[in-house]
Amino acid sequence: MIERFIYDFGRYILLLGQSFGGPRKTKTYFKEIVRHMHDIGIGSLVIVALISLFIGAVTAVQFAYQLGGTLIPRYYIGYIVRDMTIIELAPTITCLVLAGKVGSNIASEIGGMRQKEHIDAMEIMGVNTASYLILPRMIAGLTMIPLLVFMAASISIAGAYLASVPMGFFSGDEFVKGLGMFYDPYNVFMMFVKSVVFAFIVITIPAYQGYFVKGGSIELGNASTAAVVFSNIFILLSDYIIALILTS
Amino acid sequence: MIRVEKIYKNFGDLEVLKDVSVHFERGITNLIIGRSGAGKTVLLKILIGLITPSSGEVYYEDTNFYSLDKKQVRKLRMEVGMLFQSSALFDSLTIDENIRFPLDMFTKLTTKEKTDRVNYCLERVNLEGVNKKYPAEVSGGMQKRVGIARAIVMKPKYLFCDEPNSGLDPKTSITVDKLIQEITQENNITTIVNTHDMNSVMEIGEKIILLQDGILAWEGSKSDVLVRGNDMIQNFIFASPFLQRLKDKALKNEND
Repeated sequence: MIERFIYDFGRYILLLGQSFGGPRKTKTYFKEIVRHMHDIGIGSLVIVALISLFIGAVTAVQFAYQLGGTLIPRYYIGYIVRDMTIIELAPTITCLVLAGKVGSNIASEIGGMRQKEHIDAMEIMGVNTASYLILPRMIAGLTMIPLLVFMAASISIAGAYLASVPMGFFSGDEFVKGLGMFYDPYNVFMMFVKSVVFAFIVITIPAYQGYFVKGGSIELGNASTAAVVFSNIFILLSDYIIALILTS
Repeated sequence: MIRVEKIYKNFGDLEVLKDVSVHFERGITNLIIGRSGAGKTVLLKILIGLITPSSGEVYYEDTNFYSLDKKQVRKLRMEVGMLFQSSALFDSLTIDENIRFPLDMFTKLTTKEKTDRVNYCLERVNLEGVNKKYPAEVSGGMQKRVGIARAIVMKPKYLFCDEPNSGLDPKTSITVDKLIQEITQENNITTIVNTHDMNSVMEIGEKIILLQDGILAWEGSKSDVLVRGNDMIQNFIFASPFLQRLKDKALKNEND
């Protein structure tokens, strides 16, 4: 198992190296980048918005319940929701969802191209297939996923307000007061660092799984599953490492 | 010309190709034939560098393919066209975009020059006016012809065809075969066709190579098959009782 991991890790690194190589035709790549930006960004808007809205709502309601009857002021809920969302929930949950939606799509798309000999056809034309298939997705992902995470954080906070204030858990003023308390821009920086690292994982691990797929539809399904599972594992692992590094 | 010298290929303990040495000539259609599992596809993939041989050399003219670095391989591949068994057309691109793809990637031609070249290639395979259609919107035979158009768009010096007739009716097969032969002769290119189709062998087999269990079992032209063909090639080509009877009749008529 360790041997297999080392083999896969080495091949993954080599593939990444190859994906930064030439030859490249800027115009052709630009078209691909725009297409993937649309697929990743616009294509994930609804699901990310929905999940963020409910995460914010549930977080606010849960904390209102937890802090009820304690001496902690209620406006602290706004502060807790803000920091939990920015530091952890928005980047991590959004990227776990995107690993399922975008990651499985990338693995299936590239794997399907491998099975239908499209990648062989490009290789024979002289195309650097790793670069053509992975680099535009990487650029699109590294641009769009942090934006989605930022949007998720905003919607999540709005969701917290909408779920709590009209229900009478606390007043709008209290919530806004809490949101403005102890604000540290470094947390937003941390959110963007996480989202960039997670975006890299969400794009490259599924691309690797799809690029080297062998066999038929069962193997393609397995590659897609592996893409999601490994992306999730590495997102959580890197979340922990980033938290250690950036908060120490 | 492409020359293959002492090619061996093993997959684990399985020896797929054993000591295969052959040369494929320019300006004629070279056919690789053999039963399923004989090693035809492996040989073709070794020729184009999709599989590395266990040992042996492949020469494009005087250039040893396996001594080239990645950059040189990519440069050489711009002189190669390939028609895949499945056509391997990109589903998300129109037929026009499929054929234009290598031009967009590797040339500095203007849009008009590219359009002219694409239209010429489509005309050459008798498919004018299908530019805006997607591969899924045309028949299997038309997809094969689009595959040929894409293979020749960069004016290749070497053309490889993997099972060009698979899944096609006999009439369309003959059209595709003739097209490959005409393009080969017009452009004086080295064409290598991997086929199961015995009609192709007898129609366009200017040079035929029979692989049997990974060994080069016979080499000759279509006219040699009856005259100096051994039992192995004759039993392979005239496998069905019907073809066997036709062959016997033809030989009898010749003797009479």
